[in-house]
Amino acid sequence: MRTAAQWAALVALLGLSLAAPILARSSAAKKDASGAAVVHASDADSMRIDGEKRFHANCGRCHAAPQKFPPRIMATVLRHMRVRATITDEDRRLILFYMTQ
Amino acid sequence: MAVKDNRLNEFCGGFLSYFFPATVSARRAITPRCALAPLFFILTASFAWGQAEDKAIPILTGNFGTFSFVTGGQNLIDTQINPVLLVPLGDRWLIESRAEFEGQFQRPPGGGPYGGPVNKHVDYAQVDYIANPYLTITAGRFLTPFGIFNERLYPVWIRFLQPDPLILPIRTAPSDGAMLRGGLPVSANANLNYAAYISATSIGIASVDAERHVGGRMGFFFPGPRLEIGGSWQRTLQDARKNSFGFHMGWQPTKLPLSLRSEYAHAFEGSGYWAEGAYRLSQVRFWQKAMRRTELVGRAQQFFVGAIGADGDTALGLSSTNTREADFGVNYFLRDGMKGIFSYGRQFSSAGNFNQWSFGLAYRFLLPLGRTGAPQEAR
Repeated sequence: MRTAAQWAALVALLGLSLAAPILARSSAAKKDASGAAVVHASDADSMRIDGEKRFHANCGRCHAAPQKFPPRIMATVLRHMRVRATITDEDRRLILFYMTQ
Repeated sequence: MAVKDNRLNEFCGGFLSYFFPATVSARRAITPRCALAPLFFILTASFAWGQAEDKAIPILTGNFGTFSFVTGGQNLIDTQINPVLLVPLGDRWLIESRAEFEGQFQRPPGGGPYGGPVNKHVDYAQVDYIANPYLTITAGRFLTPFGIFNERLYPVWIRFLQPDPLILPIRTAPSDGAMLRGGLPVSANANLNYAAYISATSIGIASVDAERHVGGRMGFFFPGPRLEIGGSWQRTLQDARKNSFGFHMGWQPTKLPLSLRSEYAHAFEGSGYWAEGAYRLSQVRFWQKAMRRTELVGRAQQFFVGAIGADGDTALGLSSTNTREADFGVNYFLRDGMKGIFSYGRQFSSAGNFNQWSFGLAYRFLLPLGRTGAPQEAR
């Protein structure tokens, strides 16, 4: 019979074991000082197309496509959606790029 | 702590004596002020961050709905507003909260004007810390990630049909504790999403006692075919330590404006499933302007009473008998975030069969609480 503390430890251990390998991978990501991925002009079109595809695939899972909002609002909405809908960081980044173009 | 230096207090314009009163009775009243102080600080800091850098700003969003439900000939007017406050802090933090104000008004059996209760409660109030691209740590009161309806499909502007699924109350009372969650690509064609949580004092629904539980949900999303499948599990940490589990799926075919979703849940208090679909008439070749705004929806569902018995199920908001229900409806999108709804359903159970009509309006709003930056072209 496990106690609540044992269950908490089990959940924490599960989380840490999941996080450890991916923490190592995340350090290799190419980022600028603000944490956003570096975007070159030549990549913009492909990012926009990819972002639109991910927008329809991810956002359409729950609701109809919303209109575009100003960038600072979209940044908040996408952070909320990242948590609520557990979308991946890459999806969030590309959808934000598409929704603010 | 009393402020002894009056000169300092005067210099601060009485600010110190407001937060550090000298008398005992005044000190007892300080708790709400202490709660307001960090909130004020958080909002101020967030506004300052948003103004100084081109970053996320706090927003107030949510939805409003007013509906008329006619169940077995009895009309119920349901009007609700669900504000959602989102306060981002820096690049990694988010404070989010949703409240619900819902008025349910009916005519009394003997006739007379409509009247009824107005329910007010906080659905969730949580702090999220984005630890890395694949892990978010959440603490506070949060929506229990058991299945997908409770967390993702509940808002009135999102759901296909306004009546709740019969199995919605199963294991979906808000949790108070901590949660780890996130999403990560496991291959070029699949994303994994997960949530693991522990709740210390789940409030429960109505008269059901508080309980402690632990649980998790895991799902795979395949972006190519737009297919999501997953499962949930929860275990109570008191009394009989019962296990509950569920499965969910969602599919949006790429070549059709169709969306299909389904959930199954099994717990001590009962089990059941729902399956629903929505078809947007955007491919119809006549009256295209109106048809592309029109959505046909349908849902089939079934609930089976569990070991808890009819009284326990009623307390939880579940049906007291084995029940089947079919619903059909039409949604018309008047504009982005606003839709008119109409549906008809029929419920079958040993307690009696009856019709269920609903019609109304659902609206999603969004208000920025800071400078929004350059306006973007609306789609």
